[in-house]
Amino acid sequence: MPWFRKKLKGPVIQPPREVPDGLWAKCDKCGEIIYKRELARAFWVCPKCGSHFRIHSGQYIEILIDEGTFEEFDAEIGSVDPLSFVDSKPYPVRLKAAREKTKLNEAIICGIGNIDSISVSFAAMEFGFIGGSMGSALGEKVTRAVERALERRIPLVIVSASGGARMQESILSLMQMAKTGTALTRLHEAGLPYISVLTHPTTAGVMASYASLGDVIIAEPGALLGFAGPRVIQQTIGQELPEGFQSSEFFLDHGFVDLISPRNELKNNLSKLIRFMFESPK
Amino acid sequence: MSSQTYHLGFERPLIGLEQEIKDLEAKVASGETELLPAIKALKEELEKKRSEIFGNLSRWDRVQVARHPRRPYTLDYIERLMEDFIELHGDRGFRDDPAIVGGFARMGKHKVMVVGPQKGRDTKQNIMRNFGMMHPEGYRKALRLFRLAEKFHCPILIFIDTPGAYPGIQAEERGQAEAIARNIFEMGRIRVPIIISIIGEGASGGALGIGVGDVILMLENAWYSVISPEGCAAILWRDRAQAEKASEALKISAPDILELGMIDRIVPEPAGGAHSDPVAAEDMLGREIIKELDRLTLIDPDKLLKMRLKKYRSMGVFTEG
Repeated sequence: MPWFRKKLKGPVIQPPREVPDGLWAKCDKCGEIIYKRELARAFWVCPKCGSHFRIHSGQYIEILIDEGTFEEFDAEIGSVDPLSFVDSKPYPVRLKAAREKTKLNEAIICGIGNIDSISVSFAAMEFGFIGGSMGSALGEKVTRAVERALERRIPLVIVSASGGARMQESILSLMQMAKTGTALTRLHEAGLPYISVLTHPTTAGVMASYASLGDVIIAEPGALLGFAGPRVIQQTIGQELPEGFQSSEFFLDHGFVDLISPRNELKNNLSKLIRFMFESPK
Repeated sequence: MSSQTYHLGFERPLIGLEQEIKDLEAKVASGETELLPAIKALKEELEKKRSEIFGNLSRWDRVQVARHPRRPYTLDYIERLMEDFIELHGDRGFRDDPAIVGGFARMGKHKVMVVGPQKGRDTKQNIMRNFGMMHPEGYRKALRLFRLAEKFHCPILIFIDTPGAYPGIQAEERGQAEAIARNIFEMGRIRVPIIISIIGEGASGGALGIGVGDVILMLENAWYSVISPEGCAAILWRDRAQAEKASEALKISAPDILELGMIDRIVPEPAGGAHSDPVAAEDMLGREIIKELDRLTLIDPDKLLKMRLKKYRSMGVFTEG
């Protein structure tokens, strides 16, 4: 059944309202020129080839969270520059540029909202903010999202998109993998559900910590998923990588995600899973 | 490369002195005892120079020390510090990963589970050990041993010396990211003390995948970072040759990591680095480990876990408004 005919019982799914400048968009995969309004209605999935356009953290809130129910938390948490890190640009300059570009303070939005009338602790990462990289601020926000789920005894849903740990915070970034990963032990022991949603791309430090630790792991089709980046692997082994290597489909084949869900079915799948995992036995 | 002739660039001023002393000692052995005071003076000069050089190492110099081919590796520490080591193999799922070793052992009055990546001393060994770079089955073998340790109430000793988790096709096929994530998670809830010693290279998730514990010790010249200096240089400077610059920017040396509060203590090395006197280096770390064993085994498991989670909960530096 198409999403727009869904009746009261099922989740109320809203297409994202935000349409960026320009009326037309071009699909990177098949080259199709698409009217943006049509693309937005199709959840930013190419109607011709099914390729999933990258969307913003805010758009995931629109797609997945019941309208008007999202309350953001910890928006004020931001990164500092504890190492005075400078490469081609100083880290504070990169941070400022990322904040201006994304209108966000960090590479993740966290809060509480309803998925099909069930309250969840929800977080969505923003790849546009320094490649969705995880530094101390992001690690703290994820940890607090875990703790909010614990305190309120509600499920946790995290939509990941990240190139990994943020190099500019070096060892502090690395330790965020341990901070978030060990925080999840408490959620697990409290018997609360955690669903990890992997979008293009989710790799390295984030993939090797909380993104891989969902009770159920869902991937969007065609996302790049993995530990090491394809370029690094290619340089190490000095040969071409096989077709489809490190895609969502590759991860499904090798047993590292539970299901691949097209974006328009994502809310429905989350709703079903959460209801199942969260319902008390009758 | 012969281990006898391997010297780091900044060690060169020491080589001439060492040779001179050797020559004089040979003469003393053949009866020229009047040379003894000269030897004594030269030895003093040598030690002075050594302290001078090693007291002023840059971060990049320390990376070279951490990678020295004569530096003690996991099995050297086990051999020197432990008894009755019984190596255990395999992850029970795919294969045994020779890049990491582990098993039951005794250390002083404690029975322990000891685990750590193992590098090779020559090319043949290094190929077998994959240069200490683990595949997912290596992390899963470690986890299997951690669980055994928990079952039999053995504290866990982990030695970390790895240039990283192996980035290869098969590593990805078998879930390198999942294996590391799973270990981090499980190490957050293993109910026996976990003592981590970073003895050489601590590269990224490859190190952290066996690096969550109650106390983190770090040798003076070891390095620990989110990415290797070469990897960072390739990404941020688009040139691996900028690794020295990257090592400075990443602040990867033991004093840096201690200052940031990410380790508990620095364990000093002999004046010329662990490779200059491996036995002394092994003993120095051994004493620290025993202290921690004596302390941590007295703590109730519930309290231990609470402290461990609290330790990781507090890691990071950020602003709140």
